[in-house]
Amino acid sequence: MDLSLSTRTVGDRTVVEVGGEIDVYTAPKLREQLVELVNDGSFHLVVDMERVDFLDSTGLGVLVGGLKRVRAHEGSLRLVCNQERILKIFRITGLTKVFPIHTSVEEAVAATD
Amino acid sequence: MATVELRFSALPEHVRTARLVAAAVARRAGVDEAVLDEVRLAVGEACTRAVGLHQAANVPAPVRVALIEEEKQFSIEVGDEAPRSTPGERVPGAGPEDPEAEGEDEMGLAVISGLVDDVEVTAGENGGSIRMTWPTTS
Repeated sequence: MDLSLSTRTVGDRTVVEVGGEIDVYTAPKLREQLVELVNDGSFHLVVDMERVDFLDSTGLGVLVGGLKRVRAHEGSLRLVCNQERILKIFRITGLTKVFPIHTSVEEAVAATD
Repeated sequence: MATVELRFSALPEHVRTARLVAAAVARRAGVDEAVLDEVRLAVGEACTRAVGLHQAANVPAPVRVALIEEEKQFSIEVGDEAPRSTPGERVPGAGPEDPEAEGEDEMGLAVISGLVDDVEVTAGENGGSIRMTWPTTS
């Protein structure tokens, strides 16, 4: 399965819906998408990972890169994920402390902390 | 000899194939269903690292994955042929050009060691390997 990406705007947030597998082969596509959004002035991103089947460290690297980019513009990058097998990867790498992780897009969009 | 052996050109698009094959053989060997996700992730990380090392050092050789079914355990050994000047270290100046990719090698290893209890990482002049072992129930 390949990677699918779609974006939509909700208020001042941009929701990036990701589906499929994020690995060493597909991660560059996600990176391009995040870079493009930031270059176009979207600094408050919500990455919806509910339809992600697989995520590895390359994908984590891209998300960290995205976070660095939005933070340079005082922006934010929030994740939406309820899948235990995906959450586990954030946990073992300590990245749960780096990313705000929400249970729904609505919650992530409403978050202001 | 390994139960199943796989060699693939050091290209990112083949890592997924290695994950699928490894998970299929692990399931057949009797690795617990609940652990298969970890097997898939760990072998993917090891292969991703090997592909990166081969590409960074311009090694034309394929990456090798050995899937070994033994009594009461299942092992996966991912071997690369990227030379290290010092064991365990990256070839000088051969790091990724993209600064965002920096540290991904370490993150991959961190994921592997976080997932797998029994893991052995070796590296030498002629390449290195990561060997991971899981218990089997059947």
